Amino acid sequence: MPAPRTTGIGYNGAMKILVMEDDREAADYLEKAFAEAGHTTHVAGDGETGFALADSGDYDVMVVDRMMPRRDGLSVIAALRSRGNTTPVLILSALGEVDDRVTGLRAGGDDYLTKPYAFTELLARVEVLNRRASARESETVYRAGDLELDRLSHTVKRQGQEIVLQPREFRLLEYLMRHAGQVVTRTMLLENVWDYHFDPQTNVIDVHVSRLRGKIEKGFDKPILHTVRGAGYMLKAG
Amino acid sequence: MPAIMKTTAARLSALYFLLFALCAVLLVFYMTSLSARMLTGQTQDTINDEVLGLARAYQRGSLPLLVRVVEQRSRQPGANLYLIADANGQILTGNVQSLEPGVLDTEGWTTRPFSYHRFGEGELERQRDAPSQPGAKASEGEMGHNAIALVLRLPNQMIMLVGRDLGEPERFRAIVRQALMLALGMMGLGGLLIWFFVGRAALKRIDGVSEASRRIMGGDLAGRLPVTGAGDEFDRLSENLNAMLARIAALNEGLKQVSDNIAHDLKTPLTRLRNRAEAVLSGRHKVADYRAALESTIAESDHLIKTFNAILMISRLEAGYSSESLAKVDLAAAVADVVELYEPVAEEAGVAIETAVNGTFIVDGNRELIGQALSNIVDNAIKYSLDAAGGKPAVRVGLERKGGEVLLTVADNGQGIPDAADRARVTERFVRLEKSRSQPGSGLGLSLAKAVMKFHNGRLDLLPGDPGLSVVMGFPERMDH
Repeated sequence: MPAPRTTGIGYNGAMKILVMEDDREAADYLEKAFAEAGHTTHVAGDGETGFALADSGDYDVMVVDRMMPRRDGLSVIAALRSRGNTTPVLILSALGEVDDRVTGLRAGGDDYLTKPYAFTELLARVEVLNRRASARESETVYRAGDLELDRLSHTVKRQGQEIVLQPREFRLLEYLMRHAGQVVTRTMLLENVWDYHFDPQTNVIDVHVSRLRGKIEKGFDKPILHTVRGAGYMLKAG
Repeated sequence: MPAIMKTTAARLSALYFLLFALCAVLLVFYMTSLSARMLTGQTQDTINDEVLGLARAYQRGSLPLLVRVVEQRSRQPGANLYLIADANGQILTGNVQSLEPGVLDTEGWTTRPFSYHRFGEGELERQRDAPSQPGAKASEGEMGHNAIALVLRLPNQMIMLVGRDLGEPERFRAIVRQALMLALGMMGLGGLLIWFFVGRAALKRIDGVSEASRRIMGGDLAGRLPVTGAGDEFDRLSENLNAMLARIAALNEGLKQVSDNIAHDLKTPLTRLRNRAEAVLSGRHKVADYRAALESTIAESDHLIKTFNAILMISRLEAGYSSESLAKVDLAAAVADVVELYEPVAEEAGVAIETAVNGTFIVDGNRELIGQALSNIVDNAIKYSLDAAGGKPAVRVGLERKGGEVLLTVADNGQGIPDAADRARVTERFVRLEKSRSQPGSGLGLSLAKAVMKFHNGRLDLLPGDPGLSVVMGFPERMDH
């Protein structure tokens, strides 16, 4: 693993991203913003071009707008999947109903973000989707510095000392450790740990995280669960 | 005429009339042909009897007796016909003066009725007609009577014909035909009358519906189709169309409200956003000030996006979601999830959350939406229990079955909303009661919860607690429960 740079947010190595977006201005903005975070971006202005690029190029992540001229996003994704293309896809959509999300994920998308969105949210999700970073799914023990989480025995240890967590706190830490070194937003936590896809009105997630932080940091000298201002959280040793 | 035929009633009347007429004609023809065959059979029996009598006379006294009997019977009045002719067909004796040529050529029953003239009667007619119509002989055949007969050849090659006049069956047939014409005429008249009364009544009501719909299309959106109260298909149609119009009106109203809300409640923060950016741009500031201004701009935009999403969500829910998004949802699990989510926040604020849930409470619903509505309500309850008059602020969440409903109650022990009108108003979009203005929030939380409950065919009620406020989410119980 290359040494993480700290200039961008939760940065885990440069990615090659394919953006399928017909709105020129939005696409330019994404290209610029991704470049600032250290990623290379290719832009396709319609579904057919997007399909051709995705089919020939080797991308780490694709960001696909649902509504595009010539060919809609879902059909492009379905066609790519049927050709054996497994590149992670984040679907961008102006449609935000519960059913739309389900349809999008069923068509082969890996994540779904409703417009308008904050770029920090998009960046965090894209970096988490990066297939080179997602190899941890199969690991049974997650380690970050002196923190260790055993997914089979449901135990958490720091510096060899066992820490007792509630089931939800365990799932929260499990998700944070799976994406150690990456920014995880509050909505990502709500989605992946609680399986809810709405914005809670108050800072419910923050309180859960600060409780967890208390348990894994209290009595230890080094902080390990960091707050990334304006974005979310990151679990990182050192 | 084509305009009249454009009405369904006229078309149906005409069609029924034609069908009935066809059936009547077929029936009458069947009846007359059946009775004609019966009458012919009877006539043939009579002729057979006559022939038998003559045959006996021939056996007893040979030809002279036969001729005598024939002459004797010919003189008697009646419908029977007798004729004896020589081998060439020349009439020798009998009561037939003349008959259609060719009748005597073939032996046996005549295949069809033939016309003939009788002695005496034909003379009389001819005498009567002669002075005025000298050429009447030409029409002799047409003026004659019809008869059927049995033609026999005697052993000496002479021809004997025994027949019977068909006057009676002919008259019968004429009567039946007359009756048929009369019946058809009456049916035609009946059809016209039915069309006139039934058709016109139906037409009038349909015209009423058309007129009302034209008025509605013309802009009278509050207008409704006439319902007579007869409960017939026209009323049912009108009622359904009225229900549809009411639904459209409600959706329209919702849409109007959304645009009003967007105009009023999104314009204000947008203006604020703009003014702040403008203020920072004018004049000289430190870099840190610019950064702070940009950050607050982003925060304000995020808030706007959230508000906008909530408005869209509410109107989509109110417009009716597809029922496909409904599945079995355990409300007990939903309560456990949301309470677990809010428990740390509550604890931090010093609010105790108690749950009174026993067993599972399965309803048809959308877990996501129920979770969102419930979290809005629990969020409110935590906030407003903080101003509890006495004792520790607490929120109680309960689940029970009552009167065909599953009731999910979230009660706080805060100040509550004492005024019933305020309680009704607070679920409207962007309505925030005075004392809650200081609290963070968009004023959409309860509206969203209400829309979610409406989507679930349920209800959202705000009841005065003792103390505080009870928010009741009433879900219809599942049918198979």
